[in-house]
Amino acid sequence: MDLVLNAMVSIAFDGLSFAILLFVISVGLSVTMGLMGFVNLAHGAFAMVGGYVTVALMTHAGMPFLAAVALAALGVAALSVVFERLLYARFYGEDELKQVLLTIGLVFMAVAGVTFVWGPNPQIIQTPDYLTGQIDFGFRKFPTYRVFLIVVGGAIAAALFFGFDRTRIGAQIRAAVDNRQMAESVGINVGRLFTMTFALGSGLAAAGGALGSEILGIQPTFALDYLVFFLIVVAVGGLGSVRGAFVAALLLGVINNAGNYLYPEASGFFIYVVVIAVLLWRPAGLYGKA
Amino acid sequence: MSLGSLAAAPILTDHRVRPLEAAPWLIAIAVYFVLPAQLGLATQILIMILFALSLDLIVGYAGIISLGHAAFFGAGAYTVGLLSKYGWTEPLTGLLAAAAIAGLIGFGSGWVLLRTRGLTLLMLTIAVAIMLHELANDLDTITGGFDGLPIETDPILGLFRFSALSYDNQYFYALAVLFLVFVLVRSTVYSPFGRSLVGIKESTTRMHAIGSPVHLRLVQVYSMSAAIAGVAGGLFAQANAYLTTQVLSFGLSGDVLIMVILGGAGQLYGAFLGATAFLLLERQTELVLGTEFPYWQLAVGTALVLTVLSGQNGLLGLAITLYRRLRGRTS
Amino acid sequence: MSQSSAPPPVLEVRGLCKNFGALQVTRNVSFELKAGARHALIGPNGAGKTSLVNLISGRLQPTAGTVLVNGTDVTRMPEHERVKCGIARTFQINTLFMNLPVIDNLCLPIAERLGVANKRLRPASAHEGVIAEAERLLSTLKLDLDALRKPVRELPYGQQRLVEFAIALGVAPKVLLLDEPTAGVPSEESHLILDVIESLPGDIAVLIIEHNMDVVFRFAQEITVLVGGAVLAVGKPGEIAANADVRTAYLGEAAHE
Repeated sequence: MDLVLNAMVSIAFDGLSFAILLFVISVGLSVTMGLMGFVNLAHGAFAMVGGYVTVALMTHAGMPFLAAVALAALGVAALSVVFERLLYARFYGEDELKQVLLTIGLVFMAVAGVTFVWGPNPQIIQTPDYLTGQIDFGFRKFPTYRVFLIVVGGAIAAALFFGFDRTRIGAQIRAAVDNRQMAESVGINVGRLFTMTFALGSGLAAAGGALGSEILGIQPTFALDYLVFFLIVVAVGGLGSVRGAFVAALLLGVINNAGNYLYPEASGFFIYVVVIAVLLWRPAGLYGKA
Repeated sequence: MSLGSLAAAPILTDHRVRPLEAAPWLIAIAVYFVLPAQLGLATQILIMILFALSLDLIVGYAGIISLGHAAFFGAGAYTVGLLSKYGWTEPLTGLLAAAAIAGLIGFGSGWVLLRTRGLTLLMLTIAVAIMLHELANDLDTITGGFDGLPIETDPILGLFRFSALSYDNQYFYALAVLFLVFVLVRSTVYSPFGRSLVGIKESTTRMHAIGSPVHLRLVQVYSMSAAIAGVAGGLFAQANAYLTTQVLSFGLSGDVLIMVILGGAGQLYGAFLGATAFLLLERQTELVLGTEFPYWQLAVGTALVLTVLSGQNGLLGLAITLYRRLRGRTS
Repeated sequence: MSQSSAPPPVLEVRGLCKNFGALQVTRNVSFELKAGARHALIGPNGAGKTSLVNLISGRLQPTAGTVLVNGTDVTRMPEHERVKCGIARTFQINTLFMNLPVIDNLCLPIAERLGVANKRLRPASAHEGVIAEAERLLSTLKLDLDALRKPVRELPYGQQRLVEFAIALGVAPKVLLLDEPTAGVPSEESHLILDVIESLPGDIAVLIIEHNMDVVFRFAQEITVLVGGAVLAVGKPGEIAANADVRTAYLGEAAHE
């Protein structure tokens, strides 16, 4: 293949797999923030715990990879419901500052917690054999695991798009994001909807954290390192929009990778210039409600 | 009780100085005599108090949440650092330059950013700070990057030389600067301008409807806050004679916000308590428990969660509540 | 109608339109108020009355049309500048500085009006002119002077509504827009509101949105009926009451209240 084209394909491919991960992790945050207006900076911690629990299930319970991811996601989803009901629910509609600080405090506690149990070093997930190596697509070879990520992530995205746009629950969520009081007055139980959405979002984040271990790593600093990226996806995409989260994740993933290839010294800088430009042009995000 | 309600001290409340307000300054002077070996740490605390004070102005009074205030601290620090690198080492003008540059960046970014609010504003404050951090790292031939930038400072007024071995002069220098800036902040808070900020925080809608140029006021206080953070950064550079790009880090922005909240927002002296408690606790935790396990992070996280759950406005808010309850019982 | 040598009306609205996408909230509304006018704006729920007030006060920018205050075109001005030109309003739901004392709620608008709100050196409590004016205003509204230092959230709703009025009067308006002044006020306290409306200075032009027909017929010299964002009828109270279209569109609803 032509060298430049080859490089572009690499960038696009790596960017896409990174973007899919960002999407799967962040979409829950976007929808829950759009639904309840709750600034949950601890969302990254759910992703991180998902990774750690998967590691534990695989090493101590001998579970196969995919089963461990699924179980970890379910476990984190259940745990998140406990947090939501006992702690978060008290602060809906309150001072944003309180929410920011409460959730930052929780992240710190989570980081300390995983360090106590697993130590400060990154955890490695043993990718199953059938997911290692490369797949030959004829014109090029691609790493199998990343193809796997794109396929799985794409399937999740498709399911979410469908669910959001075509099902009754999706319509209820969109209605509640748009105007909570109106939604409640037509009989939608927004509180219960929120708990369900929160659980789903946290479960997805956990799955993303586990699946993304090769790219993002599983270490105590995960929760804070990537927090800004998740927030960027949410803010740039627009609160409460699955489509917005997807587009924003794509943008972020591709720009990040393009930057790393082309201008490694300045890539970080460039991302934030774009973020600032987009947010000033569209303060509510690309697909947010103005 | 919202975190904001204690900022709502009535206009007709005594603006006159209460005797208790002398306490922090007396304690600061006492530290010099009682704990001479700790002056290095004490100087860092004074600098962080100034930094936290600048953030409290916008968080506790105007209601602007920022996770990017290190941008201004770092801007001030690098102003001093680069001036020193290229030959200008006079400390007082260095601080003025730091305030001016940081204030200018605050004005420019504030003008644009403060048209937004909520998550968008929060994200933008984060983005601006990280952008500056990246910039400083990218230009590491100028800034020294991760390795750092050594800084020289002339003796203050030609008389008081800084020494790396004894922090005596740095301490009093920082204390004097803190005092002067604090007087300015205090009078601003009690002034009509300061009260209008409280009004903006209580009900922006109402402020628009009474003819208040809200955006302009917010930009003004944001610029002032940036300038003060810049002074704190400049002090940091001068007192420590060394800088790394850590002064622009997201972590520092988070730390200073935590200091403001732990101490109590919108109460002027919250910054004093918060910065002191934070730094002392950090030092003590590392000394006693070691850095092997993240005890410090656990402690801060727990403290934050407890602070928010308690509904008290930080340590100072808690102290005031207890004091009122005690008085209620005896009267 | 006004003659060429007469002063311009205090408030003039010409062809005001507001669209949210395909939704037309305000359709080609025009009217004028002279000094001392007592004008009521009535209409069914969703007719766009509050939107019209928001367009006049500057909270909303119109899609088309102009707003003039004493002949000055204020259409492009943001809300706070229109206040300087003489527009003040109250909100349907009390919009006060809840945690601040009553007196502070008044000092803020008065300080803005007197141009001292951005002063940074002297403390606010030293601005005696502002405080004296605040006390004076509160006493004319018959607010308990003991209550001055209480946080406004501790006052009963009716008293809070009086503070809402006082704030609007604190900017010394030429045009006063009252959005449902009696809304939410328990009936025992509503006479307080009515007394205030009655005693409003004679040179201020007042526009009242109201559903309470007793209030409307007691105070209004002229009534505009708004339905679906457009003006259905304008006239004196007697004419409006007799107008069959108005009855169908609106007073029929009122009979159910």
